[in-house]
Amino acid sequence: MTTPSPPPWTLDGFREGAWTILPLMPGLAAFAMAFGTVAVRKGFHLVDALAMSATVYAGVAQLVVLETWPDRLTPPVIGGIVLVTALISSRFLLIGASLRPWLGAQPAAKMYPALFFLVEPNWLMSMRYRAAGGRDPAYLLGGGVVIYIVWVAATAAGYGLGVSIGDPHAFGLDLVMPAFFVAMLISLWRGARASVGWLIGGAAAVATDYLFGGMWYLIVGALAGSVAGGFIDDRK
Amino acid sequence: MIASDPAGFFLLLAAMTLVVYLTRAGGFWLIGRVTIGRRLQKILEALPGAVIAATIAPILLHGGPAALLALVAAAVAMLIVRNDFAAVVAGVAVAAAARAAGL
Repeated sequence: MTTPSPPPWTLDGFREGAWTILPLMPGLAAFAMAFGTVAVRKGFHLVDALAMSATVYAGVAQLVVLETWPDRLTPPVIGGIVLVTALISSRFLLIGASLRPWLGAQPAAKMYPALFFLVEPNWLMSMRYRAAGGRDPAYLLGGGVVIYIVWVAATAAGYGLGVSIGDPHAFGLDLVMPAFFVAMLISLWRGARASVGWLIGGAAAVATDYLFGGMWYLIVGALAGSVAGGFIDDRK
Repeated sequence: MIASDPAGFFLLLAAMTLVVYLTRAGGFWLIGRVTIGRRLQKILEALPGAVIAATIAPILLHGGPAALLALVAAAVAMLIVRNDFAAVVAGVAVAAAARAAGL
């Protein structure tokens, strides 16, 4: 467990992380614009929508909360929204944990601010980068900062366009993230045996979705799939 | 919201921000309290695939033929071109075409 000196955060690593995430940005912008558009419908002012994107910075949670936006923000209503947010975000607990073997030796003063920018796209990119031998923590931050900027800017753009953007569903924009995930899954392919965990995770997610509805399927499927995958994997 | 109910909206944003940040930082922090053995390491290594599988499996099941075709197209594009952007473009284009065709 001795890691003499953790790899340094370099501008090159930051740039590489920022650069490799760029292809995904049109799709992410469309997602953020959808949020901005719904915000108009729910009676948000521009500053409200921007404040939420800039502070909460969690796409799925923001959209779910907005779709069920209440008429009045009473304490019980706020509590309910926070619980839903916690459930949807609980997968970040696992995602953050998976960074520990790589980044555990990094100084907390750098890691904890950087973790604010942790989302799935830069995490997946970083895990691939790491698997290919990359070590620079700034890679994760670079991707995260680009995503953050695009997320907030595109929220404003979507708000400005309002309802005139049309139906994102018709343009297939709801499938941007799933398509990216499929591409990442193919990058992660290490043979049929290692992917049994994926099947178990997928099956657990589908079963949870069927039985309980809501957003539980994300965390249950992720847990089941990673535990199963971890026990199936017998490589050294 | 800020105009009509500043206190409520501020409270909500603060609570949501805190909760989301605690999940982002909390998993990283918590697992730093334990020794990561070989098995736990393997479980963590299996996580990216598991998160993806859990996200897309319900979409494959409930998304209808357009979503299914789109994700197959993304997979095929990725296998051939080995490029994230090409895969996303292929997926979205096929979804739009399939929906335009009424699927």
